[in-house]
Amino acid sequence: MLADPVFLLAVAFNGLTVGAIYALVALGLALIYGVLHIINFAHGSLLMLALYAAFFLFTLGGVDPYVAVLALAPGFFVFGYLLQRFVIAPISFGRDTNVLLVTLGLSIIFDNLALYLWTSTTRTINVPYAQTYVDIGVTAVALPRLVALGAALLVGVAFWLLMTRTDLGKAIRAVARERQGARIVGISVEHIFAVSFGLGTAVVALAACLLLPTFYVTPTVGYAFVLIAFTTVVLGGMGSFIGALLGGLLLGVVEAFSGVLLGESLGQIGIFLIFILVLLFRPTGFFGQRVA
Amino acid sequence: MRLRSGQAGALFVLAAFFLLLPQFVTSSYWLGLWTLTLFYALLGQSWNLLGGYGGQVSFGHAVFFGTGAYVSAVLQVKFGFNAWAGAAVAVAAGGLVGAFLGAVSFRYGLRGSYFALVTLAFAEVFRVLVNSWELTGSGFGMLIPLRPGAAHLQFTDRTWFYYLILALLAAACALVWWIERSRFGAYLVAVRENEDAAQALGIDCFRVKVVAITLSGALASVAGVFYVQYFLFVDSHIGYGPAMSVNALLAPLIGGAGTLFGPLIGAVALGALSELTTLALGKTPGVNLLAFGVLLLVILRFLPNGLMGLFRGRA
Repeated sequence: MLADPVFLLAVAFNGLTVGAIYALVALGLALIYGVLHIINFAHGSLLMLALYAAFFLFTLGGVDPYVAVLALAPGFFVFGYLLQRFVIAPISFGRDTNVLLVTLGLSIIFDNLALYLWTSTTRTINVPYAQTYVDIGVTAVALPRLVALGAALLVGVAFWLLMTRTDLGKAIRAVARERQGARIVGISVEHIFAVSFGLGTAVVALAACLLLPTFYVTPTVGYAFVLIAFTTVVLGGMGSFIGALLGGLLLGVVEAFSGVLLGESLGQIGIFLIFILVLLFRPTGFFGQRVA
Repeated sequence: MRLRSGQAGALFVLAAFFLLLPQFVTSSYWLGLWTLTLFYALLGQSWNLLGGYGGQVSFGHAVFFGTGAYVSAVLQVKFGFNAWAGAAVAVAAGGLVGAFLGAVSFRYGLRGSYFALVTLAFAEVFRVLVNSWELTGSGFGMLIPLRPGAAHLQFTDRTWFYYLILALLAAACALVWWIERSRFGAYLVAVRENEDAAQALGIDCFRVKVVAITLSGALASVAGVFYVQYFLFVDSHIGYGPAMSVNALLAPLIGGAGTLFGPLIGAVALGALSELTTLALGKTPGVNLLAFGVLLLVILRFLPNGLMGLFRGRA
């Protein structure tokens, strides 16, 4: 079975489409890390909240997730902005491990608020196009997964354009590189921090809308993603967008193959082992600069 | 190595309170609650040694707790070990896992948030492993057969479990108290405050951190052994899941990280808060942890030294 090239390609492509979602979630995390140099432990919980938002928009309002993204992305941008500016920054006093603990506290709050309000029931939505399969030669892929793959690449390009071609991107890069210098030339560092956090959160909302048609939501779903997103970001190089994109796609493929080789239960181990090994032996990842 | 008079007084009151508690608390519900509170204080003290005194914040203390729980369970169930012998091996195994994890991550210079994330990843690796391995009961977990009697470390009278965890916690606090006043403790705090400066002064930071994480791992596995004997069950989510890692750090952070009584005070505060929220909002899942999360943020914002900071300000 493993010698069959068609089968291998099918597994790889399936992994790629899962990896696209990882890449999207990780892009937001990479931006937040790259600019604020903080590890946002609440990232997965924000994804979970966005999934619930998309779920309820669909079930209560009949809004398709692909349409809901138009409201959710800006909404989550504002939410992320406020969260960083008025909760995370004041509570953490700018200290690294404090930020980690504050975001851990936030993730505990979000996860358990969801558990309290919406119970631990696993929820899915039923959209007609989820059952539409596209034949790509080696295998048939569910349409939403192809859309997610395309969107991940598009968002990657959009991020790159934003960072290199706009004044905002310039300001973000200036703050990421040299906080004090940026402040001296009149950039509001607190504002840029919050904008970056907001952008990272908006991308998470986008990922949630793309994920929901073929996935599910529970209050703990974020936790599964948070380690994967960290692995992706570490693998790609802290703060590197192209690294996060490629890292996410690669992780999806690795997960697909370790699932095939080791079975579903043991297969999850691949990602955690990669995480540990990369942190230990190549903390700069593949596209990043030396950090720690 | 002497207690200050204030501390001696506090210690006397604390000891009297906890020793006499079963005389007044006769309902099994409340006694169970106090037993669990002391259990969380013990788990928190183990985190406190590494995270509070040494400044190495761990997000995966379940890796040690779970090792203690699983090793003692597997030895008893699958290899016919006596519970006490199993417990001894389990605690050694917890220390060993700590030494290994510390040696690997500190050798490669992991600090701060990176160290925290790596401990979490290790806990996840262990969780997946025990969840897929037949020897560890895979998805079903490990069930310890009921064999009442002190020889099997099981007690029909739950008061004995209370005194057991009290004795274990007292021993852990004595160890931390001794470390706090030892040369090693001073090194540990120096590493927390400024590792580069400590290194420059000739402290072998790597060794100090590895010793700290070894002791911390052994202490957390004591908590794991107790848990298994108390509930006679462990599975991969209880043992190595993120909940136990969070429990380990909440009590010391809320009580006061890097203080001797911080974990105990934090555990008591969390226990009280948990009862209050249940009283106010009913026994709905998630409510307790929701309150814990809010309390954590409030403490981080207003009392960076935890509840102990309230006392220290006046002393």
